[in-house]
Order: sequence, then structure tokens, then C-alpha cells
Amino acid sequence: MNFNATLFGQLLAFVFFVWFTMQYVWPFILEALEEREKEISDGLEAASRGKRELDEAHQKKAEILEEAKKEAADLVNQANARANQLVEDAKSTAHEEAERIKVSAQSDLDQAAKRTKEELRSEVAALAVAGAEKILGSEIDKDKNSQIIDQIAQEL
Amino acid sequence: MASKELNSTDYIEHHLTNLTYGKCPDGTWSFAEVHGKSQVAGTEASCNINEMGFWAFQVDTLFMSVLLGMGMIFFMRRVAKNASSSKPGRIQNAVEYLVTLVRDQVQDNFTADKNPLMGPLALTIFVWVFLMNLMDLIPIDLVPWMANGFTAPNAEGGAIHYFKVLPVADINAPMGMALGVLILIHYYSIKNKGLGGFLAELTFQPYGKWMAPINVIFEIPGFYAKQLALGLRLYGNLFAGEMIFILIALFFGGFFSSITGVLAGVAGLALNFIWAVFHILVVILQAFLFMVLTLVYLQQAHEHH
Repeated sequence: MNFNATLFGQLLAFVFFVWFTMQYVWPFILEALEEREKEISDGLEAASRGKRELDEAHQKKAEILEEAKKEAADLVNQANARANQLVEDAKSTAHEEAERIKVSAQSDLDQAAKRTKEELRSEVAALAVAGAEKILGSEIDKDKNSQIIDQIAQEL
Repeated sequence: MASKELNSTDYIEHHLTNLTYGKCPDGTWSFAEVHGKSQVAGTEASCNINEMGFWAFQVDTLFMSVLLGMGMIFFMRRVAKNASSSKPGRIQNAVEYLVTLVRDQVQDNFTADKNPLMGPLALTIFVWVFLMNLMDLIPIDLVPWMANGFTAPNAEGGAIHYFKVLPVADINAPMGMALGVLILIHYYSIKNKGLGGFLAELTFQPYGKWMAPINVIFEIPGFYAKQLALGLRLYGNLFAGEMIFILIALFFGGFFSSITGVLAGVAGLALNFIWAVFHILVVILQAFLFMVLTLVYLQQAHEHH
């Protein structure tokens, strides 16, 4: 167990190995290591970003779908309302038309009745005069009694 | 295996002797002489290890640690060169796990401004010390046996008679690394606090500047003890582990000679297994501790009080 020059031999070897490791080993391995650590953390970050984006896309998709559904429903409602409106319109037009036709028919009818009445009235007046002439055996002064005759004819 | 001429003491001593190449008092360089002969067959040894003094190299320690270190950096370099962020292979995954572990330790323990030395330093310490510690789990006689040309280390002929495979059981290896850390601590202390600030930290605490001499007595030993302990801790743990393995190996001595020898050998196998399992923890723990403490001490060198 004696100290001798081996001590310095060992020291030199130690220095050389440390120098070599420092120069040619450590930086390379550490570089690869740190690069990989960075790659992994980047990858993880990209993955979480992708996940976040996917979530956002899902949400957006749901929103768009919702909106489209709403729009479609609106369209259907509108179309329904429009169809109803059209039906209503047609109905009311038809109704009006029928009313109008009825009214004009009524007025035609009224007119015809009135005319017939007039004719009948004048005929009745004439008949009444003639009947009265026969009964009285004389001529009735038409002019004299026309007021009465007219009154009778009016009442008919 | 201990062979006939070796008793237990010799066997243990053999395993604790490093292959040493050094300068003898007479000025010549040679391998050390042990028990009257050179550690390496076919060479002349002019003196023993103790006579060599400072100018001696533990060849086995240096060889094993540099071999393992080279293996480490070639392996790491290959991974680093092919490192890709998108398609890591199995080996890259394993190394990245290691780098991540070290990086986390650096971030936890070293909170000062970013210092690009800390990561590589911690990684080198952890892996290198781990590999060196791991040598303790190699069957204790295997490498010495190979070194001696596949014969028992004390056999006649052979090649290298002494070879310790565990570099950290030689105090020079852990202390050499601790010395490197010590130099770094001084460098960063002075760089970050200035020489005055560094000295003030050692002299003006904890009792203020009028008690400087007492402060020095408190601070200096504390400051250096922790750095000394950094190396000694590793050495002590692994040396003790190695020692247990050597003692367990003594059980195998009589394996082929008698029935009790066989029983002892079986017991030795069980003990060896159990100790090896425990030792796996020590191997990792000590490498980890060396790394973490280095980071903590260097963090202190960056801190301003």
C-alpha cells in the first residue's frame, strides 16, 4: 500500500478520460436526448392542439347542423303557411265569386219579378177596369178613376 | 488456486502485491523483486517494492484502469456518434439512461451556474469507477492465472507472477482520481471566490477574523479530510471486499485433496456467491457516491458564503 508515481499516472488517465468524454461523448448523447425530449413534448403539444381543434370542429359541426335544422324547419313552416294562405285565398276568392254571382242572379231575379209585377199590375188594372165596366155596364172614366185604380194596382 | 508451496499467508500476500515497475536505488528501472525473484519471468529485478520509493508504477493498476477507461470511451464514443433522437437502439437506450441519471444528479447536486465540465466529469467518474469496481467480481485467481501464462501464479516458468485485477484496491487509483477532484476544487474555489475569498473562507470562519488561528485549525483539516476521504472511502470499501474474496478463496485450497476439502470448497462457493451478490451493491454504490460527492464538493467550491 504505497503511494508512488502510479498516483499521477491515474490522474493523467482520469484527466484524459474526462476530457474525451467532454469533447466527444457527452454533448452528442445529450443533444440526442434533449432533441428527443423536445420532439416528444412538441408531439404531445401537437396532439393536444389537434384534440382541441377536433373538439372545436365537433362543436362547430353541431352548431351548423342545429342551424340548418332550424332553417329547414323555418322553410317548412313558411311553405305550410304559404300553402294555407293560398288555400285560404282561393277559398275566399271562390266565396266572393259565388257571392257575387248569387247577388247578380238575385238582382236579375228581382228585376224580372219586378218587371213581371209591373206587367201583371198593369194587366190587373186593365182587367179590373174591364171587370168593373162589365159589372157597372158602363164605361168608367179612366182618367177619373185612374187614381183609385193605380192605388189598387199598387196594393197588389 | 493456492498450490502446495503456498500457505494462507503467502496466498493473501500474493494477492495484495501489485505488479510494480520502478526505479531502484541504484538508478536502474526494473520490475520489483518479491521473495528473491522478479515479478516477471525472464527479467532481472534489482530491488523490492519498498526500496523503489516514489518512482514506481503499479503496472497492473494502470493497465487495468486504462484498459477499462479505453473500453469505456470507445463504447461511449460509438454510441455518441450514432446517437439519433428518433431511433435509439438498445445500447443507446442504456447509455441514455445512464446519461439521464448522471444529468439528474448534476442538476440536483450542482446548482451553481452551468458548468459544462460537470456532466462529463460525473459521467466519467461513475462509469469508470463502476467498471473498475466491477473487476472485483471476476473470480479472484482468474486474471492472475491468465497473466502467468495460464498457470498458477507461483508456478515455475509462467510469465507475469503478480497481477492485481482490481485497480481500486490499490490506493493510488482512487487517490489519483481524488487528487484530480482536489485540484478542481482548488481551481474553482479560487476562480469563483478569488484567492482572498478562498483563504478567507478557511480562516475567517466560523469565529470571525480575530480568531483566525483557531479557525484555521478547524477549517483546514475539515476541508482536506473530506477530499482525502473521497478517495479513501472507495479504496477502503473495495479493498475490504477484495480481502473477503481472498479469504473465501482459501476455502478452495484443499478441494482436490480430501473430503473435508470438498466440503470446505462447497461452503466457499456458497459464501462466494452470497458475498458477490452483496458486493454488487457496493460496486454500484461506491461509484455513485464518488460521483455525487465530487459534485457536492465542486458545488461548494462555486458557492459564496
